[in-house]
Amino acid sequence: MSEAMVAEGPRKEPAGVLTRILRRKLALFGLVVIAVVTAGAVFAPWIAPYRPDEQFFDGLTLEGAPLPPGGRFLLGTDLLGRDLLTRILHGARTSLIIGVLANGMALVIGTLVGLTAGYFRGVIGAVLMRFTDLMMAFPALLLAICLAAIFQPSLWIVAMVIALVNWVQTARVMYTETTSLSERDFIAAERTLGAGTGRILFRHILPHLVPTLIVWGTLGISTTVLLEATLSFLGVGVQPPVPTWGNIIFENQTYFQAAPWLVFFPGAAILLLALAFNLVGDALREELDPTQRGRA
Amino acid sequence: MNADAKQPSEAAQSAPDSAEVLRVSGLNIAVRTEHGLKPLVEDMNLTLRRGETLAIAGESGSGKSLTSLAIMGLLPPPAVRVTSGTIRLGDVELTALPEAEMRSVRGDRVAMIFQEPMTSLNPVLTIGTQLTEAIRAHVPVTRAEAAERAIAALKSVRISEPAKRMGQYPHELSGGMRQRVMISMALALKPEVLIADEPTTALDVTVQREVLDLLRDLQRETGTAILLITHDMGVVAEMADRVIVMRDGKIEEEGTTRRIFTSPERSYTRDLLAAVPRLGAGAARGGAAPDAADPVARLTDVSVRYDLHGGLLGRVTHRVHAVERVSFDIRRGETFALVGESGCGKSTIARALVGLVPHEGRIEIAGKHLAGLDGAGMKALRRNIQIVFQDPMAALDARMKVADLVAEPLLIHGLGDAGELRARTDDLLKRVGLSPDHGDRYPHEFSGGQRQRICIARALALQPDLIIADESVSALDVSVQARVLELLEALKTEFGMSYLFISHDMAVVENISDRVAVMYLGQIVEMGTRDQVFGNPQHPYTRRLIDAVPIPDPDIRPARIQFGAGEVASPVYPANTGPTPVRLVDRGGGHLAAEH
Repeated sequence: MSEAMVAEGPRKEPAGVLTRILRRKLALFGLVVIAVVTAGAVFAPWIAPYRPDEQFFDGLTLEGAPLPPGGRFLLGTDLLGRDLLTRILHGARTSLIIGVLANGMALVIGTLVGLTAGYFRGVIGAVLMRFTDLMMAFPALLLAICLAAIFQPSLWIVAMVIALVNWVQTARVMYTETTSLSERDFIAAERTLGAGTGRILFRHILPHLVPTLIVWGTLGISTTVLLEATLSFLGVGVQPPVPTWGNIIFENQTYFQAAPWLVFFPGAAILLLALAFNLVGDALREELDPTQRGRA
Repeated sequence: MNADAKQPSEAAQSAPDSAEVLRVSGLNIAVRTEHGLKPLVEDMNLTLRRGETLAIAGESGSGKSLTSLAIMGLLPPPAVRVTSGTIRLGDVELTALPEAEMRSVRGDRVAMIFQEPMTSLNPVLTIGTQLTEAIRAHVPVTRAEAAERAIAALKSVRISEPAKRMGQYPHELSGGMRQRVMISMALALKPEVLIADEPTTALDVTVQREVLDLLRDLQRETGTAILLITHDMGVVAEMADRVIVMRDGKIEEEGTTRRIFTSPERSYTRDLLAAVPRLGAGAARGGAAPDAADPVARLTDVSVRYDLHGGLLGRVTHRVHAVERVSFDIRRGETFALVGESGCGKSTIARALVGLVPHEGRIEIAGKHLAGLDGAGMKALRRNIQIVFQDPMAALDARMKVADLVAEPLLIHGLGDAGELRARTDDLLKRVGLSPDHGDRYPHEFSGGQRQRICIARALALQPDLIIADESVSALDVSVQARVLELLEALKTEFGMSYLFISHDMAVVENISDRVAVMYLGQIVEMGTRDQVFGNPQHPYTRRLIDAVPIPDPDIRPARIQFGAGEVASPVYPANTGPTPVRLVDRGGGHLAAEH
């Protein structure tokens, strides 16, 4: 009667994470979408058919209404007779920066706050979490308007404002996860080995938070893109005529019945981008999780 | 029933008065995986007669619990299912029964009690509500009648003050009382078959004894057939009339309990029985006589107390006296065991020793006073003292490779460069009986015993003077447990370490320890060498613990012991009071026992 030897012999080196992700159809689709959007954003000035702020005389009907998709303007025109496709391509720049950068900054701040508060608890934890609660209770839009009003409105300021407003939910979630993780035996085991705080926090707790972080991160993309639109609409965000996906929707939402394409196409773009990040994130989460490996 | 029960017809003839209530024949259970159906239980056959107890014994993964779940129709859908075979309860074929009809069979004709009574009871409903609901689900009676029946059921399992218990919630009862409630719930409708899946595994040994006695008495009164699923050969020997030994989903051996224990036919059964720790086996080992001077660790009046806040102002109203004025030495090269039941404070002492919980009093390790150390001093001290936890899966970071896990203590203490680390890690893995190839894998790819070996390798990496084994073998199968204990023993001789061995299992402690301390409610009530404590126990609590250990020999049916009413003894005291300190008196040769 031998002790069951579950793990036998050397294992074949598994393929790299990227290769394994590329084998997943949905993740591949997500990667393609992200690549297309990124390419569109980077090369917008060269691939867009027109200039984003160019108003065409023939871009409106005789009554002055925008043109539906088709013909010379592939996705139709907006209320001022500008080509929608061009504007969406140019808008991808802003939206990508906001969705990835601002959202990423929010995640980093939230994680650091949640991790610190959750591991140390006590006075530090209490102060940090009460501050988080305060931020949560404070109307985010009001805060954003205040911040945006103090600084000169620009894309980077908007990104910073969004990051400063959006980290609170992440902090809450990370706090809860960290508190339960730090109660676990393997953290106690690390402490008895003499591991320092930094090692425990970043080598042992943080990796366990990654799955949640990925989910929160991808969920945050659409929220932040729309928050940027709200700010722009209130005049404290990116200023017209610079196009963003959010402000295209906001400019045109009142004409939704008469010209649905003006809301549909940028809306679909946001949805697609968020979905793409979500699919890739999901695949990453599964592939990065070693406990899923070697399972039948 | 003396005949070997391999031929059911023959067995049935030998006991004509016992009607067959359950027959499982040719049962196959399989799980659907990506690679097709994988069999979990193959060709399972069993018959159960009225008033009989049949034990299915086996180690984890042997398919014993799956068999019982299949009988209850509770296999986790949709992946795991019965692929062929029949389960007949009286004249009803259970495998073909639709879920709606199965529900009326469950509880009414076949009832089940599970391992962990706390998780099988709903924590937000009172005992009374849960019992009456269970009764009313099967019998058309009024609420008042159901309540009456429920009280009667509680009385039958000898719970004190049954009417009061009806209004209580599960958390207000002790573990033993909760399991009694589960039993009363299972037996309230007088089922023909009671399936008991590891009914006493989560209970303390003295409580286990009470529950086993209760089950036997109830069976005698009601004639219910019991299907007992257990890994504990001691429980099998005490309870069962017949035994089926399972291994890897197949029946390994089947027969009357006496035959299985006296002349097992299969080598697996023999090995399984040989691996069971028995009281008295340790005496043959002979004790080392470690040097009493220069102890590895010395505890003097160590207490660990937790404050409980209450009232409007959040003042400290009560304190949990988890450990109360405990003093002992661990000598160089000895195995010092701390035994006691859950909540007695033995694990808290371990955690205080490694600095995981704050303590009062004086702990000296290698002559250094623990409380006076700064961060660097504490880190240096950790090289002298290491701990191995109970559940190796929980104690290992699931996202790190085994080689990194084993190398981590060396890395933390800056011992060796990358090349040396790898060599040391490989060496450590070999020492604990693993292969260096295993280093590239993650903990979940190993079995429980292998994982515990990884934890031991980690503890060993710093070459400490003292390793604390906190219930380190309790979660392992007996055969694996025996091998891990052998490993610990071999390492002790090789490296000359000391162990602080913490366990609730008297038999294991008797087998491996040099000196023993018995703890009860935070205090040591008896302490001495193994021969003193086990050969001549002085304190009644020690005697109770020793008497309650199930003996893996069907010819010895231990005398019944009457214990307390099952009330929870608690180490919680109001803030300005505390437990009465026990006074340890020398009973000769350093054998200390509390006055009583």
